[in-house]
Amino acid sequence: MEAYIYDTVRTVRGKGNKKGALVGVTPTELATQCLKELKSKHEGVSAEVEDVILGCVTQVMDQGANIAKTAAQQSGYGDHLCGVTLNRFCGSGLEAINQASAYVKSGFSQLLVAGGVESMSRVKMGTDGGAMLMDPSVAMPGHAIPQGISADLIASKYGYSRQDVDEFAYDSQMKATAAEKDGRFKSRIDVKDVNGLTLLNRDENVRAQTTVEALSGLQPSFAMMGEMGGFDAVAIDRYPEIAEINHVHHAGNSSAIVDGAAIALIGNKEIGEKLGLKPRAIVKGAAVYGTDPTIMLTGPAPASEKVLKQVGMQASDIDLYEINEAFAVVPMLMRDKMNIPMDKINVNGGAIALGHPLGATGCILMGTLIDELERQDKQTGLVTLCIGGGMGIATVIERV
Amino acid sequence: MAIDNNILTYEMDGDVAIITMDNKNESTNLFSFEFIQSFIEVSNKLIGDDSVKGVILQSAKSMFMAGADLKQLEKPITDKEEFVNNSLQMHRSFREIEKGGKPFVALINGHALGGGLELACVCHHRIAVNNPKTKIGFPEIKVGLFPGGGGTLKAPYLMGIQNGMMAVLQGKDHSPEKALKAGLINHVVDSAEDLIPAAKEWIAANPKPVQPWDNKKYKIPGGGLMSPTGAQVMMGGIGNLRKLTHGNYPAATNAMTVMYKGLQVPFDRALEIEARYFADTITSPEAKNMIRTGFLGIGAAKKGIARPKDQPKYEIKKLGILGAGMMGAGIAYVSAYAGMECVLKDVTKEGAEKGKDYSRELVKKRVGRGKMTQEMGDTLLSRIHTTDDPNAMEGCDLIIEAVFENPELKAKVTKETEAVLAADKVYASNTSTIPITLLAKASDRPENFIGIHFFSPVDKMPLVEIIVGEKTEDKAIAAAVDYVMMIRKIPIVVNDSRGFYTSRCFGTFTSEGLFLLDEGVPPVMIENIAKTKGMPVGPLAVSDEVSLTLGLHVMESNPDLEKYPDMLRNFKITKMLVEEHGRKGKKEGAGFYDYPEGGKKVIWPKLTEIFNSNVETLDKETVAKRLMHRQSLEAFRCLDEGVLNSVVDGDIGSVTGWGFPIYAGGALSYIDFVGIQQFVADCDDFKARFGPRWEVPQSLREMAAAGKSIHDFEVRGKQQAVPA
Repeated sequence: MEAYIYDTVRTVRGKGNKKGALVGVTPTELATQCLKELKSKHEGVSAEVEDVILGCVTQVMDQGANIAKTAAQQSGYGDHLCGVTLNRFCGSGLEAINQASAYVKSGFSQLLVAGGVESMSRVKMGTDGGAMLMDPSVAMPGHAIPQGISADLIASKYGYSRQDVDEFAYDSQMKATAAEKDGRFKSRIDVKDVNGLTLLNRDENVRAQTTVEALSGLQPSFAMMGEMGGFDAVAIDRYPEIAEINHVHHAGNSSAIVDGAAIALIGNKEIGEKLGLKPRAIVKGAAVYGTDPTIMLTGPAPASEKVLKQVGMQASDIDLYEINEAFAVVPMLMRDKMNIPMDKINVNGGAIALGHPLGATGCILMGTLIDELERQDKQTGLVTLCIGGGMGIATVIERV
Repeated sequence: MAIDNNILTYEMDGDVAIITMDNKNESTNLFSFEFIQSFIEVSNKLIGDDSVKGVILQSAKSMFMAGADLKQLEKPITDKEEFVNNSLQMHRSFREIEKGGKPFVALINGHALGGGLELACVCHHRIAVNNPKTKIGFPEIKVGLFPGGGGTLKAPYLMGIQNGMMAVLQGKDHSPEKALKAGLINHVVDSAEDLIPAAKEWIAANPKPVQPWDNKKYKIPGGGLMSPTGAQVMMGGIGNLRKLTHGNYPAATNAMTVMYKGLQVPFDRALEIEARYFADTITSPEAKNMIRTGFLGIGAAKKGIARPKDQPKYEIKKLGILGAGMMGAGIAYVSAYAGMECVLKDVTKEGAEKGKDYSRELVKKRVGRGKMTQEMGDTLLSRIHTTDDPNAMEGCDLIIEAVFENPELKAKVTKETEAVLAADKVYASNTSTIPITLLAKASDRPENFIGIHFFSPVDKMPLVEIIVGEKTEDKAIAAAVDYVMMIRKIPIVVNDSRGFYTSRCFGTFTSEGLFLLDEGVPPVMIENIAKTKGMPVGPLAVSDEVSLTLGLHVMESNPDLEKYPDMLRNFKITKMLVEEHGRKGKKEGAGFYDYPEGGKKVIWPKLTEIFNSNVETLDKETVAKRLMHRQSLEAFRCLDEGVLNSVVDGDIGSVTGWGFPIYAGGALSYIDFVGIQQFVADCDDFKARFGPRWEVPQSLREMAAAGKSIHDFEVRGKQQAVPA
């Protein structure tokens, strides 16, 4: 049996702070608005969808108590609709798609919604605690360091300069600006208030006016933390070949903190035919891959190689890539490790410009990729993200 | 109603009971198993007696309590379950006091350290006499432990998470004033007479006290563990802990884990967590190593265990120092500090005065910091008499020669000095490498000739290596040990060999670093891995400190250089760096590192080019083992050849002499730490891959085969003389 992606929906992304446009919108509402859009687009779907699988990273407060079921109930599909929330950190949205695809391929399910949600303005990153960085009996042997230091460690180990990462960030902004101007984000919906009035109709973080010079003036975000928290030393303990950590990342070349939600409708062939849905892509394969947790963010390349092997393809067989821009070095390293031409990577910009609502991003990237494959009339695509704790996730799709 | 045993007594004073700790068997009160039992027994009786309104705990000694009785740990604890159960039993009893609704007040008249402070913290109120010399704190971390009587939890409860963590992990002590400010104690009085009245007043005002950790309204200063600050402190604390310890000290990690886990649950359950981690810690090889070498070993050495027993004390009133260079100048300072009259001689009077300037500078600094009074400083300086006249050595009780490392020059000054030195006085050389037996040839009285090897800087380094030449007699050994005890340093006595013990083993560390560099391991990687294993400085940095030219000189002056392929290899690489590239060392601003003015030193960039450095050359583990095993293998050879007189001497010498990490116990205990069989297997593997220097002595191979511990080594006395 095959798993088809019938459609994708995502919200605009609001800045994930107290001044952001979506701070008054709960994550339940963000997810619900996506579900309602899907329901209104495709008649008959709501009665047939069995379960909603949502990725969400910080599952406390607004995002606690199984937000997938909360949103499922709120969306008015009916009591039959179940919900399950998962957490594979930044890979959660894509993990949801992969799990849904596996359910469909196995025959356990016929039609599912998979995606993710994160309101980073309302539920701050890290407020769920966790042992990884805080329990000494876990963090000490694990050489645990915060992600930003891991990103700077990659830059130090593989020799990416501040100029390199700033230029990459600038390009992300320019590509996103062009995509916005050209109206390429077909899967995107505005976020509305209780009256149905529009709160936000664009991705709020995109900075059309930025320059490489402006970026080069920003203060490194993780230098102080690396020094005061001892984390630079922890990184060097693990990578003794490095003399010092070159702190190249800052707010302008790391993924923006934003609010947003996204979903994909995934089902088998029969249900699509029954409901008169047109499949947009087939999920060919999916994989996760674990790496050293200290450097943490090098997973996309090995995860991608793993999934390519699984589906019998080469890197060059992929027409377009979405590599999450958690930090500029992450897609840069994968590009260089796998020799991928830049014109295949994140052609409409990435999280540096558009933002990274942790639990949702994997699904957002999938929607962006399918839209762009259709626009360019190309066939194959790969979505990949780096993941906290030292993981990578990758999914290969093909247009139908 | 009274109790009187060898540990404590108590009596009634009105309606208040006063428990007085007075250990008849020791010079101080100790937190021993016997003490805990007696204290609990008495406390239970007093809690149960309605006529007793409060209890005061005081000490009859000058200290309140010095801490745990580490001698009780000489026999390592093996039964973890029994140990946990005993700890839990102790905690239950202490909790009965804390929750008994009857005020207990501790009177801190002097040091309250470790278990002593924990005992005070069982009391509801702590009053100290405001004596700035009194030490209050948790020093357990220094012997590989952490406070196991509730202190690891109470420190953050009382002081806040950050300060409590620092108090436990750094083991620093507080003066009463600082302890009061930090929240460790509750009240300070001016004199000992004020203690009991203050305690009675508090008891009267607080008939039913509740400990902060039992008070639901109590807030940990600065916020609890799950507050934003608490979380940040915890995360940063872990990062900084690795920065400082590289994960080599389980006590520190365990102490933090106790805080992390314990501060999230009710106190009684938290104590259970502490007890379980404490058992894990006290049975760890690291704690055993640190207690054996760091506490018991060094303690015995400082008390003069190395001294020949039947020799009378050797009086030293006047000390002669030949050579007023860096070493001579430092020797003059520490000896004058200890009260000896010092005659400091150099070739010129100006040279000798320059040597005395070192003491003048140190005195100025110490007086400035309030560590010494001007009067003490003046007296110290008045004891140092500078001269250029060899005859000024007349009347000295002990001579320490510290001239340049040149056998001819040393022979000359020996003869000069012996011409005026009384025939029964001892003459010592501070050489760091030249065999004493060789130098003694210049002496008419080789029986009185000995090596007293200091480390630089003399005023900071705690170890002194005493070297016994072929003809050196017991009187000279006793004299040397007595002298080292007078200057309050740690003596170890070793037998003669080129480089003796410390220089010889330490040399293998720098040499292995150089070989790794030569084989293409990136210099930064070598340095960082050495530090990760606990060496204070990387081998290349320390070679720079010593100076490459000095190293070259030492090797050149060895007549047997050609016979030792490893030394020859070292010599050739060093020569190339010094002569072709002008890399002479730190003093010249150019060694393995560059030393930019006002900036941090950086590895000389051309090094990686010269040696074709590549990260893939060797894996981290092999680099680490080569750097560490090599030192231990050499230390074992010293033991095997009879250069060392005991395993513990080798451990002490390595830890205090060249900074071998104490978690492993020292260079010899390290073999057990790695596992003796693993150690031998690694060396065999390295011999095949890296050359004959990794040859394992037969005796070590036999011990490994028999599954023995390095501490089972039977010292056979000196096996072979190594005169040059």
